Amino acid sequence: MFDARPSRPETESEYVRYRAAQFRQQVARRLDGSLTEEEFRPLRLMNGVYLQLHAYMLRVAIPYGTLDADQMRVLAHLAETYDKGYGHFTTRTNIQYNWPKLIDIPDMLDALATVGMHAIQTSGNTIRNVTTDAFAGAAADEVADPRPYAELIRHWSTDHAEFQFLPRKFKIAISGGAEDRALVTAHDIGLRLVERDGARGFEVWVGGGLGRTPILGQVIRDFLPEDDVLPYLEAIVATYNLSGRRDNKYKARIKITVSERGIDAFRADTEDEFVRRRAAFTGVVRKALHGFQNRFAAPSFRDAPTDSYDAARSKRAAFRSWTDTNLRPHRADGYASVIVTLKAPGATPGDASGEQMRLLADLAERYGHNDLRISHDQNVVLPHVHVSDLPAIYDALLPAGLATANAGKTSDIIACPGMDYCTLATARSIPIAQDIAAHFRAEGLEDEIGKLNIRISGCINACGHHHLGHIGILGLDRAGVENYQITLGGDGYDIPTIGQRAGAGFPAEEVVPAIDRLMRAYLDLRDHPEERFIDAYRRLGVEPFKAALYPAETEAA
Amino acid sequence: MSKAFTPSTAKPGVITANDLREGHNVWMTTTGWSRNPADATLYEDEAIAELDLLKAIGQSNVVVGAYLVEARRGPNGPQPAHFREAFRQTGPSNHFHGIQADLDRNHEASHV
Repeated sequence: MFDARPSRPETESEYVRYRAAQFRQQVARRLDGSLTEEEFRPLRLMNGVYLQLHAYMLRVAIPYGTLDADQMRVLAHLAETYDKGYGHFTTRTNIQYNWPKLIDIPDMLDALATVGMHAIQTSGNTIRNVTTDAFAGAAADEVADPRPYAELIRHWSTDHAEFQFLPRKFKIAISGGAEDRALVTAHDIGLRLVERDGARGFEVWVGGGLGRTPILGQVIRDFLPEDDVLPYLEAIVATYNLSGRRDNKYKARIKITVSERGIDAFRADTEDEFVRRRAAFTGVVRKALHGFQNRFAAPSFRDAPTDSYDAARSKRAAFRSWTDTNLRPHRADGYASVIVTLKAPGATPGDASGEQMRLLADLAERYGHNDLRISHDQNVVLPHVHVSDLPAIYDALLPAGLATANAGKTSDIIACPGMDYCTLATARSIPIAQDIAAHFRAEGLEDEIGKLNIRISGCINACGHHHLGHIGILGLDRAGVENYQITLGGDGYDIPTIGQRAGAGFPAEEVVPAIDRLMRAYLDLRDHPEERFIDAYRRLGVEPFKAALYPAETEAA
Repeated sequence: MSKAFTPSTAKPGVITANDLREGHNVWMTTTGWSRNPADATLYEDEAIAELDLLKAIGQSNVVVGAYLVEARRGPNGPQPAHFREAFRQTGPSNHFHGIQADLDRNHEASHV
């Protein structure tokens, strides 16, 4: 955005097309032998192309999880034309295609460019896709819509010449709600929109992250005026770029830099850098923000009767159950945000078929102000829906397997692709998620358990955010056998907490029985039906739940 | 990980990689590369295996990411020694995709 190279294309769409054409040439040069794999690898990674367990994988950026109908249709087209009919929405609100051929990827990037999408900076040691709250612009508790700021940060960070070779990858999240739904404390930089004395600004967090060393971030600035957001972010990343470790990739994330140097030293260097850089941004942020805020202006909400919605709720139990579970409060009267979970019985968490994507695009266009969101818990959100349209939406979702009433419940499990697809994985995640979901449905316990957040990662890199699950499950390779560690008490929302390991790991076949014992103990121990598992855990501590997980050890003691 | 593996009589191995153009997994055979892991050459001699691995790496216009990995002698050809390689030889467990589907299609086609 602020790169002054004169040869650079002026607009984003031109730039995206330019990059797609450039990658087409790079692929051709790799195939004709002009480029070795060592030369080509960093080029393909810059364009989101990984080599995974079975095939290449293309990771496409979905900026702050926001899509319009046309963009969703292009994602469906890619799934049906170049993949095996589906795509996988990730915990960073991107989409991954698991089976593209290298020779087809230039065509995929061309198709994405037609709707302004790309795969740039979805890999490599760069600033990755900025994430935010899936209910941005709709949530009733919002200080301000975080998307204009996310868009500003996207423009600033995309192809930022200084930050293409950071010590390690870098993730920024921004939250606008009174409740943090963007997990800002678990990001390299987290921004929370706040207001102070009538002025809007940010509480700035730094040094959070999961992976093999999970650390919650610390506040580096308790109030940053909004006009200073870019120079301050630039100061943080520049400070990290110089002082972050490059000798050991496992100690290269900013969380380690901040931990080793201390927040005060890191803050001092950042503030010095901020002073040096601030003048270059004078007026820039205000002008850019103005344009973005217009682009993200609220749609024209209609004032319509809600009788049909009320009638459908009273007549149809399944519809009532779905609306009880999968709606979130909207700031406009008569409106709701709809969570379409990609967690139907037997489904792979986060997977959507091309057909399902097209249906969601059609529904967004017809009923949802052409707005779709991908949430970090691997679901799709229709943020703006008038409740009178909900019966029609439900009836359309139901035959497509998209009307499961489980948002925020036991079977709404976050799971990374694990060893079913990922070359870094040490165990599978998907079958564990499927087995747990199937078990509690079969036992009829899901509604009784209520709100529960289970997160599964197939390796220590923690793409499934297992540390933040009320129940976290980490798949490992123990002497050539899949083994699963369970962590308890994690939370990414109201009280950000890293879950604590409960004890020894379980073989795959013992995970479901262990979680079953845990849930039955919780149902016995909870104070009242509304006390969630995490609340009971906080009240009682780990011991009664550990005893449920490891009954033999408890008896022996 | 498995890339540092060296085979022996007690712990034989195979050479595997990904097809450069399409990305699918392939195994080195006496005549080239195969989608069927049962066709793979099983190495018990470290020197021969290392030489063939160099040849495999040299075929960078055909394959990418070649490495030696432990395998077991099976009745119908080499079998995986570790579950990671077992998944590479079949495909994901959530969809009937990958090699399991390709080999199934070939099997059906040969019986038409």
